[in-house]
Amino acid sequence: MSKRIELQKLNVYYSSFLAVEDVNMVIEPKAITAFIGPSGCGKSTLIRTLNRMHEVIPGARVEGQLLMDGEDVYGPDVDPVRVRRQVGMVFQRPNPFPTMSIKDNVLSGYKLNNSRMSKTEAEELTEKALVGANLWNEVKDRLDKPGSGLSGGQQQRLCIARAIAVEPDVILMDEPTSALDPISTAAIEDLAVELKEKFTVVIVTHNMQQASRISDMTAFFNIAGTGMPGKLIEYDRTEKIFSNPAEQQTEDYVSGRFG
Amino acid sequence: MTATKPKAIRRLGDVIFANLAFFAGVSILATLATVAAFLFVQSIPAFTGPEIAAAEDGFWNYVFPFVFGTVYASIIALIIATPLAIGIALYISHFANRRFAQLLGYAVDLLAAIPSVVYGLWGILVLAPFLNPTFMWLNENLGWIPFFAGQVSATGRTMLTVGIVLAIMVLPIMAALIREVFLQTPRLHEEAALALGATRWEMIKMAVLPFGRTGIISAAMLGLGRSLGETMAVAMVLSPTAVINFAVLTSSNSNTIAANIALQFPEAGGNYSNLLIATGLVLFAITMVVNMIARWIISRRAEFSGAN
Repeated sequence: MSKRIELQKLNVYYSSFLAVEDVNMVIEPKAITAFIGPSGCGKSTLIRTLNRMHEVIPGARVEGQLLMDGEDVYGPDVDPVRVRRQVGMVFQRPNPFPTMSIKDNVLSGYKLNNSRMSKTEAEELTEKALVGANLWNEVKDRLDKPGSGLSGGQQQRLCIARAIAVEPDVILMDEPTSALDPISTAAIEDLAVELKEKFTVVIVTHNMQQASRISDMTAFFNIAGTGMPGKLIEYDRTEKIFSNPAEQQTEDYVSGRFG
Repeated sequence: MTATKPKAIRRLGDVIFANLAFFAGVSILATLATVAAFLFVQSIPAFTGPEIAAAEDGFWNYVFPFVFGTVYASIIALIIATPLAIGIALYISHFANRRFAQLLGYAVDLLAAIPSVVYGLWGILVLAPFLNPTFMWLNENLGWIPFFAGQVSATGRTMLTVGIVLAIMVLPIMAALIREVFLQTPRLHEEAALALGATRWEMIKMAVLPFGRTGIISAAMLGLGRSLGETMAVAMVLSPTAVINFAVLTSSNSNTIAANIALQFPEAGGNYSNLLIATGLVLFAITMVVNMIARWIISRRAEFSGAN
């Protein structure tokens, strides 16, 4: 399953502060969409609105429409918990549950929906998710050991396994490799490319090379100054953004003139 | 060329501070050793001197009802206080809005500052009469459970009353400690749970409670330690008899070690006071064993503690 996400006139607030202004874009299914831009431009804020994690912060709210395959994610009858079960998220710093084993970490999301599962079911799902996250061969002999004993890159793949175990429609990655070394980063990037076969993948990154390597579409965000709202400056195919952008600001950013 | 080992530079400030810290650390061990030695040496005359009327059947027969009373009252207190403390801590750390949570936090800290004599008085004058109808009801309807069986005390001054008073006394310190631990749950793990589609309660089960587990155990042990040694409230509420009685609603209740020492010591002559000190040594041993068990429970799952 993979869903198309439409953002229409989306304004994102922290209490009265407008953090991201008037975003209109369509995120395609079975593709990787990258959000790039300088620090503070609202790209992380925006990605957190896609699974309604934004509103976890007191006072945070969203105006405008966010449609997932035509369904309004912010509709009055929509339960944010339901939304989050369909939209998996991987964070900047790997965050497996330290009190759970590797296996329990993988199953943690799935168990929220299905309290009862047989032992074989659990084992099959664990293997499938860990294979899907390219982690199976490294951890298959120590599934009962704590997840916090793994390396940073392995922990991040464990978090991806945990996210894909529930078979979501969309996977959000908020700077998933910024805390990792180059080899672990390469592993996560390869994985992201595999994941787009099945899911809609949205990735926030500080690393322009990363965006150009793996994404199909790139959205460039910028702010006019501190305290001003972030804006979507340009959104296009990744090759276009990096070779021949329409906006001067985009050109300046991707060529390294600022940021 | 010969490699010369660089000489470590010793700064005066570092030396002074290191020594101060060292003596502070040693002083706690020294105090413990002194207390233990005092208890041990002072207990000896109880066994070597002339027979004591109160303990004519031997020391262990004398002390056992008190050991039972001490442990039983504390366990009742802990059974009541632990879930309540967890609930209060969760409410303050994760549910209440910030201003109300602060107010509640102060209230909890204030409860801890009330002297135990006041709790004792409150137990006798307010809590006991207030609880008595409930005790009657429990006895009538749940009397088939051995704990609630027997002749209900007319005054309400029972083991259960003592347990409740002790629970209220240890509640603030437990709630405060557990709240601090819950507040330190990494935001990262809470968000991980929420992003998986956990409800608030599921998030607490997945991230907050497991992370706070060691803190909860430590708080329970602290509470247990305090209730094991509590003197005044117990001495005032209970009118003791030297029996071992599991029923918590009757008027025959075993006293606790601490309360017994407080009640008997002023009138104890000769080596009777040494006997009481010997019971104090037993209390000391119980507390130590309880703490060792707690350490063991915590260390058993250290690799999953989240501290790595």
